[in-house]
Amino acid sequence: MIECKNITKTYKSETVETNALKNVSFTIKDGEFVAIMGPSGSGKSTLMHILGALDTPTSGEYFFDGKNVSELSEDELADVRRDKIGFVFQSFNLLPRATVLRNVMLPLVYSDISKNERENFAKTVLINVGLNEARFYHLSNQLSGGEMQRVAIARALVNNPSLILADEPTGNLDTKTGEIVLNTFEILNKEKHHTVILITHEREVAEHADRIIRLRDGEIVEDIINGKNKH
Amino acid sequence: MKTSDLFEETYSALMANKSRSFLTILGIVIGIGSVIAMISIGQGAKGTIESSIESLGSNLIMITPGFQRGAGFQVSSGRGSAQTLTSEDADAIGQEIGSIKAVAPEFDGRYQVTTKGTNTNTQIIGATAVYADVRNIEIDQGAFVSDQNVQNSSKVAVLGPTTRDDLFGESSNPIGQTVRIKGMEFKVIGILKAKGGTGFGSQDDRIFIPLSTAQRFLAGNERVSTINVQAIDQNSMAMVQEQISSLLLNRHKISDPQLADFSIMNQADIISSASSITNTLSILLGSIAGISLVVGGIGIMNMMLTTVTERTREVGLRKAIGAKKKDISTQFLTEAVMLTFIGGVIGVFVGWLFSLAISKFGGINTSISLFSVILGFGVSAIIGIVFGYYPARRAAKLNPIEALRYE
Repeated sequence: MIECKNITKTYKSETVETNALKNVSFTIKDGEFVAIMGPSGSGKSTLMHILGALDTPTSGEYFFDGKNVSELSEDELADVRRDKIGFVFQSFNLLPRATVLRNVMLPLVYSDISKNERENFAKTVLINVGLNEARFYHLSNQLSGGEMQRVAIARALVNNPSLILADEPTGNLDTKTGEIVLNTFEILNKEKHHTVILITHEREVAEHADRIIRLRDGEIVEDIINGKNKH
Repeated sequence: MKTSDLFEETYSALMANKSRSFLTILGIVIGIGSVIAMISIGQGAKGTIESSIESLGSNLIMITPGFQRGAGFQVSSGRGSAQTLTSEDADAIGQEIGSIKAVAPEFDGRYQVTTKGTNTNTQIIGATAVYADVRNIEIDQGAFVSDQNVQNSSKVAVLGPTTRDDLFGESSNPIGQTVRIKGMEFKVIGILKAKGGTGFGSQDDRIFIPLSTAQRFLAGNERVSTINVQAIDQNSMAMVQEQISSLLLNRHKISDPQLADFSIMNQADIISSASSITNTLSILLGSIAGISLVVGGIGIMNMMLTTVTERTREVGLRKAIGAKKKDISTQFLTEAVMLTFIGGVIGVFVGWLFSLAISKFGGINTSISLFSVILGFGVSAIIGIVFGYYPARRAAKLNPIEALRYE
């Protein structure tokens, strides 16, 4: 359960104050598939950073599973990210010289889980995202873009997070592989009941979600249930 | 983060860029290796000097003319005064001072020595029969100078093994043959056993003749150049030294001990002054080598800073998936320490090989102590921490959002 109350984020340079987010409030329930959509400069990246506990708002409150994240210290934020959030990035951010399996296990290195368990978890999630088992011991830079992004999704899933945050996950992929990746998110949401937040500037991508929050100039301009959903 | 994970991460990070890791390690290997080798040379020199001084004889007190003792160093009062001791002084010491086992005055000088066809310039020592005991001289063949020889001022000579080799050829037996010293014929009556002292004044290249002969035919006076006194035991050394000093001051009619025209040294003095020289040598050599270690450390820092910059996105990712500042800094610090530690291990080994090679081919004794090995490991680990700290802290302080955006 995510609850944002009057979130404002202000960036200060020496002369100018920019409000990246202005009084943004919304609630996302567990198991929802939400797209946050907006053109560049709309504040969606800033919102993602706050939702992902990478940053804290200048004012307002952000409750994540009942915890006020906006007041946490840097190390406490790291714990929230480790235990509750899985990130998927536009540029995958895999370790290039490590195997697929090691990349997926990476988040577990920072929690207290035995090696065997880690490997089991990693294999399970890799199968869930539909990656061929033959690829598990390949180096990540030998994979295709679509495969890389599915490895990244597996990495986001491996710590069994309450929230998956995907930042333009199809931005570096062609339409067809992008579609496969988006379908993966849909399956995770519908079948595994993960909460998924998709950040994108493309309407077609946003259309995959059940709910679309549109941002412009740091404010929510639209918050609709997506009726056109294929399911 | 578990320790085993940390090492796995470190291993794969170092293996990711093998040539760079290798070159960085090489810097530390050279640094630690040269520190180990240089210290071993210093320690070896110290050992050599101390053992050669100890081989001079036990409980030995040496009185030499013409030197005034100052604090920590000796100043020669000049050539004219350098002949202030006589045989009578030696006799007086023998007669008037207790707790003495033997008194062995000597006269020495360098003279040209010839035989048929060969000649050499060597140290000629005029000695008495007790000299052999006092100064640990051992005879290989024949006999040492006897009391009889001294009484009669016989022209007899006892050759050191090196001198024998120079004059008569290696391992020959020249007993009964003659050598000419300063134009006078001396009959060879004995050969010394080799002492094997090298480098700092060989004790094998010398000729002993009776003291009286040396004084009469070589010096032309009653002067002696050193009076060797052997005390009965270690405990009486200080007392004997004191008594000799006052006796000689009295005999030479000098009231102020500061103006004494002789100096008295015992082995402990010689060893401690020689040790202080070799310690200085060790420190000098070690610090020159230490400079290369610092340079190696700077190499580590350079590599780590490059690595941190290159892996900015990785740091961003790690932070995004839950790594804390501490996790990041520990990871980079471990990489740095691992590099220096591997360098340290190889460096100690290389230094050890190097010092073995020096003692084998360079003829200088070396000794590797446990201390220098531990020092090598310790210093290399510390270098890793010191020079890895700044890059690691820089990595840990990266903002995850900016680090993820870094191109």
